[in-house]
Amino acid sequence: MQDILQEHSALITKSSRMTIAPAIAAITDSELTQAQDVLQAWQSKDIWRRTSDGLFFRAEETAAGSYLLFDFDTGETVGEAQKTDLKQLKPNSGVRALIGSALVQFQLQDGDPVRRLAALTSIQRDPSSELLEPLRASIDSEPDADLKAQKQRAERLLTIAYDTDESARVGAISDMSGDLGVDLRATLNPLLETKVQVFTGEAPNALNIARRLAPGEDISTKAAYDLLVTANLAPARIDQAEVRATLGVHISEGRVGGVAVEDLNQPEARARAYAALVAQGLAEPDPTSAEIEAHLGAHQFVEIYKEPSQPVTTAASEALDKILLKVGMNQALDLILDGLSLASIYFLAAIGLAITFGVMGVINMAHGEFIMMGAYTGYVVQQIIPNHTVSILVAIPLAFAVTFAAGVAMERLVIRWLYNRPLETLLATFGISIALQQLAKNIFGTQARPLTSPAWLDGAWVMNDVVSISYIRIAIFILALSFLAIFLFIMRRTRLGLETRAVTQNPRMAASMGINPNRVNMLTFGLGSGIAGVAGVAIGLFAKVTSELGNDYIVQSFMTVVVGGVGNIWGTLAGAAMIGFLQKGIEWFNPSNTLAAQTFMIIFIIIFIQFRPRGIIALKGRAAGD
Amino acid sequence: MKNSFLMRNPSTLIFLAALAVFTIVVTALSEAFGLGLISTSFVKTLGKTLCLGLVAIAMDLVWGYAGILSLGHFAFFGLGGYMIGMWLMYERTRDIVISSMSDAPIPPTAEEITDAIGHQIFGVVGSSEFPLIWAFADSLVLQLVLVVLVPGALAFVFGWLAFRSRVAGVYLSILTQAMTLALSLYLFQNDSGLRGNNGLSGLQNLPGLEAAPQSVVSIWFLWASALALGLGYLLAAWIVSGKFGSVIRGIRDDEARVRFLGYSVESYKLALFTVTACIAGIAGALYYPQAGIINPAEIAPIASIYLAVWVAIGGRGRLYGAVIGAGFVSLVSSWFTGGQAPDISLGFYTIKWVDWWLIVLGLSFVFVTLFAPKGIAGLFDLAAHRRWPNRHGADLGPDAGALREREANE
Amino acid sequence: MNTLLEVSGVSVTFDGFRAINNLSFRIGPAEMRAIIGPNGAGKTTFMDIVTGKTKPDQGRILWGEKSISLRGMSEARIAREGVGRKFQKPTVFEDQTVHENLLMALRNKRGPFAVLFYKPAAKDLVRVEALAEEIGLHDALWRKSGELSHGQKQWLEIGMLLAQEPRLLLVDEPAAGMTPAEREHTTNILTEAAKTRAVVVVEHDMEFVRRLNCKVTVLHEGAVLAEGSLDHVTANQDVIDVYLGR
Repeated sequence: MQDILQEHSALITKSSRMTIAPAIAAITDSELTQAQDVLQAWQSKDIWRRTSDGLFFRAEETAAGSYLLFDFDTGETVGEAQKTDLKQLKPNSGVRALIGSALVQFQLQDGDPVRRLAALTSIQRDPSSELLEPLRASIDSEPDADLKAQKQRAERLLTIAYDTDESARVGAISDMSGDLGVDLRATLNPLLETKVQVFTGEAPNALNIARRLAPGEDISTKAAYDLLVTANLAPARIDQAEVRATLGVHISEGRVGGVAVEDLNQPEARARAYAALVAQGLAEPDPTSAEIEAHLGAHQFVEIYKEPSQPVTTAASEALDKILLKVGMNQALDLILDGLSLASIYFLAAIGLAITFGVMGVINMAHGEFIMMGAYTGYVVQQIIPNHTVSILVAIPLAFAVTFAAGVAMERLVIRWLYNRPLETLLATFGISIALQQLAKNIFGTQARPLTSPAWLDGAWVMNDVVSISYIRIAIFILALSFLAIFLFIMRRTRLGLETRAVTQNPRMAASMGINPNRVNMLTFGLGSGIAGVAGVAIGLFAKVTSELGNDYIVQSFMTVVVGGVGNIWGTLAGAAMIGFLQKGIEWFNPSNTLAAQTFMIIFIIIFIQFRPRGIIALKGRAAGD
Repeated sequence: MKNSFLMRNPSTLIFLAALAVFTIVVTALSEAFGLGLISTSFVKTLGKTLCLGLVAIAMDLVWGYAGILSLGHFAFFGLGGYMIGMWLMYERTRDIVISSMSDAPIPPTAEEITDAIGHQIFGVVGSSEFPLIWAFADSLVLQLVLVVLVPGALAFVFGWLAFRSRVAGVYLSILTQAMTLALSLYLFQNDSGLRGNNGLSGLQNLPGLEAAPQSVVSIWFLWASALALGLGYLLAAWIVSGKFGSVIRGIRDDEARVRFLGYSVESYKLALFTVTACIAGIAGALYYPQAGIINPAEIAPIASIYLAVWVAIGGRGRLYGAVIGAGFVSLVSSWFTGGQAPDISLGFYTIKWVDWWLIVLGLSFVFVTLFAPKGIAGLFDLAAHRRWPNRHGADLGPDAGALREREANE
Repeated sequence: MNTLLEVSGVSVTFDGFRAINNLSFRIGPAEMRAIIGPNGAGKTTFMDIVTGKTKPDQGRILWGEKSISLRGMSEARIAREGVGRKFQKPTVFEDQTVHENLLMALRNKRGPFAVLFYKPAAKDLVRVEALAEEIGLHDALWRKSGELSHGQKQWLEIGMLLAQEPRLLLVDEPAAGMTPAEREHTTNILTEAAKTRAVVVVEHDMEFVRRLNCKVTVLHEGAVLAEGSLDHVTANQDVIDVYLGR
């Protein structure tokens, strides 16, 4: 290696971007294993030349300020030297870039797949034209099938962006057409970047013109004229601030341009004063609209692709259109998945409420706080049981038990005294709600507590670059479905369900048949509250657990029940689906503003109630009451 | 006629007399006009409490008398505050802008002043354009009209939609709560045109009256609030004393029966809902200049629920009950949460009222609902040994439960 | 005979159950009619339809000389047209005095503004006094109606119905829970009322119906089974099969 270096020593020491290529080629072509080390040391300015004999070494500074010299071929220490006896090689940035791409070639063909992958990743992150050749050269010899596919994909993208051969680029574009990858869009989009240029008279046809802009239609007159001004093709307009400043400069004896200063709060007086200044040659005139028209008419405004090759831009734009269509379809799918997951969250939050409100006619404003209690139960369990999987499995039944007990206690102590007085129930349970919220704040503080999901729920199910859904949401969806099944089972197949339905439909008759309505009401309320607790654990997995957790869901839960129709679990399902999809849909129209989305959704619900006052699935007839 | 009306309603007379005495005593003890025993900030608190009493009367009319548990009246209150706040903020900013521009060599044009005001007001939300809703902000008269008109119009449209489709009872409560939430979320946006969550501020400064110290202004507002409360009370007492009151109480107790008597229940509800919204707007317009700032958090649904709490604790179905409830609960709340109440040490735990007051309030609310449905005003009955008819289990409000019972009987 | 109310071909279905099935019914302007029928025959639903509480799925409901349709009108509008209804269970406004109850029912303008500025005229007060006299509640005029006995509440409700001055009275089991003397009085009031207006009485009690001495309509499964005098319908074999001859 030392020989090769000595052979090219003149080039190396006086390196420049234009001349260094043979030296680098000599090193790479040497097929010596040390070549990569030499290039790396060179690039990082670690090669020094001993002045006495002109030999090159890799050098490391010692603590004493002297330098240890290493031989390239043996890697051994060959001596120590003072700084004065050495001369450092300082390749400039252009040379370093060339060394870099030569190095990439080594890295891409490295024996270690980890290093090959690292090199490839750095190409993907920071593509440039020099990397194309080394990348191509490394594909055939790539033994790893997965890496090979990645390399091929990167090669296609680099071809699109940097290949000098136009037809190769167009070919690569059509190869990749229809691909959903974000990297492809990131490659195609810069090709279609445009800039607006002004030409006096006709624009030259040699340019890759995207379109011609007519002032006032495709481009605002003001923007068009500003372009002319920037290009020094027309005099600048004078805005009011400049008028004001100019007038201020020329005040003399309380007058400007023959107009008294105190009159200058009138726009027309200002115009007169300024016109007088212009006439005296003290100010630049503001171009009149006729002048502006004339200037605009004399010039052409053209949007030009920054990419000069027309076939490439045409192909890119067609490919991008096709991709965007496909992306749109996939986004719709993604939106449906999002809506589905939001709907299942609302369903979970509302199902307990549907039981207490729908089946028993009791409004429970503390329902949100039961959700919160469930979430905090999950948090406490995680403090005791560190294993996340086990703790979640423990937390779900425990949350059910805790909120079931709380619900039963509330029913016994408060609600049963207020049956048939729903407005007062609403207010009493609201009192409980603020008390519970403050209690949670006193115990757990105001900061959010983490409820961590098990590791196997981390991550997302990725279908492609557009569509993905996190495992937690899938789990919640499954949880919602199983709750629906459990509810249906309880209502249709168990004694409690039978008694509940009996009490709902005719409490007196039920009582006379030996059903204890007190017990049924108590259990039903407990069931509804318990489900809220389990929903709390589920919601806590993805939302912040704070004392205000319940607040965020209570209105939506009520809306779900009301929109769906009271007294029917399918109605709740339909309500949750409608509200979930609606909210996602509105957010999609206006993604930047989720507050507005919620506002519009509530307005929509208020209007919806107009047409179906009893909800989507309504009971009819005399039993529905008035 | 007025005499006979007052004579027939002695409680109104007593209330108005008590209000007058209260206002005069506070003035006599104030820093500006009296002995200086009451600080200016406390005068403001009392003035604000009077406004809360007024909105509580509106709530009592609509809930205690007509049985509509509206969870939206504090939103109307807030809207009234916003409407007057727009004028206060605009005019004050205008004064500031003009004085800062008066030093410039060239006098500013009207357009430049407007631009500068817009820049000052909307700078915090990254804008400088005046939204359309500020079109009348420079006119006190028009904004005062809007104080009544905007809450009234919102209540009318919402009420028309809701009552027309026979939404009643808890459904209506939930729907009004949703409306309130929608409104507050809308106002939280920066591009709502009302400065997002910054709200409107500096409302305590009256444009053109910078010379008057706050101690004097606070007394003015106290009197204005007392006057509004007195007039509002009189209006409410007049409404409920006649046949109209008879009809709305009928609606509360049995809506269907009133309908079969030939009264269009929806129009009555709508009229009452709208009128009370206007009263709430006026109360808000007097409240927020004393508070100095209004932001969307003020009209979150929770505030409207608290309003219901006040009326319930005070005693609904009675106008003075509503005022007493609003005054008592809001003053006691601010005493406890303001940190003035002494902590109670239990040895192992010290009860800090700032932390525990809400729990006490919540539970006492449950207690009142369960054991003292007449609220504080019920104490007056005890004192007067007055008995009310046993209602045979009938409820105050029209509701599904009572109906269910009737169905079973049929 | 001219007709005040004509119901023809009306049907209504609740969740698949036909409560009223192609029912036709007519009544003149000054006529008493009793409707009888077994439980579930659709008697109350029929009243609900006429008063607008339940909207029929099909059929015509024509009212008055001009034969205007009552279908699609609100309950309040129908009541203002002159249909008065008395419920089974006495429903009076218990929180208000007898006087207030009667005054509210009195035939007057019903709009919110008219009511807000309403001041009872002398003739209104006289009318209230007269009604109270008629229903035997003159001494109780200033008492809360919640304090009244069950029978007195029934009277008050009938009084309110009369105060409305309806052209058609729909009365649902007026005699339930009354003493024989009170029944006698009720019969008198109803027959008196039937001289100037139409009265439809739904009743289970055959004795009471017999005393009313009027045409009887028998409902069964939401349709008219028989119509005629009480003796006529009780002799009808169909009626005996479904209702009387059990």
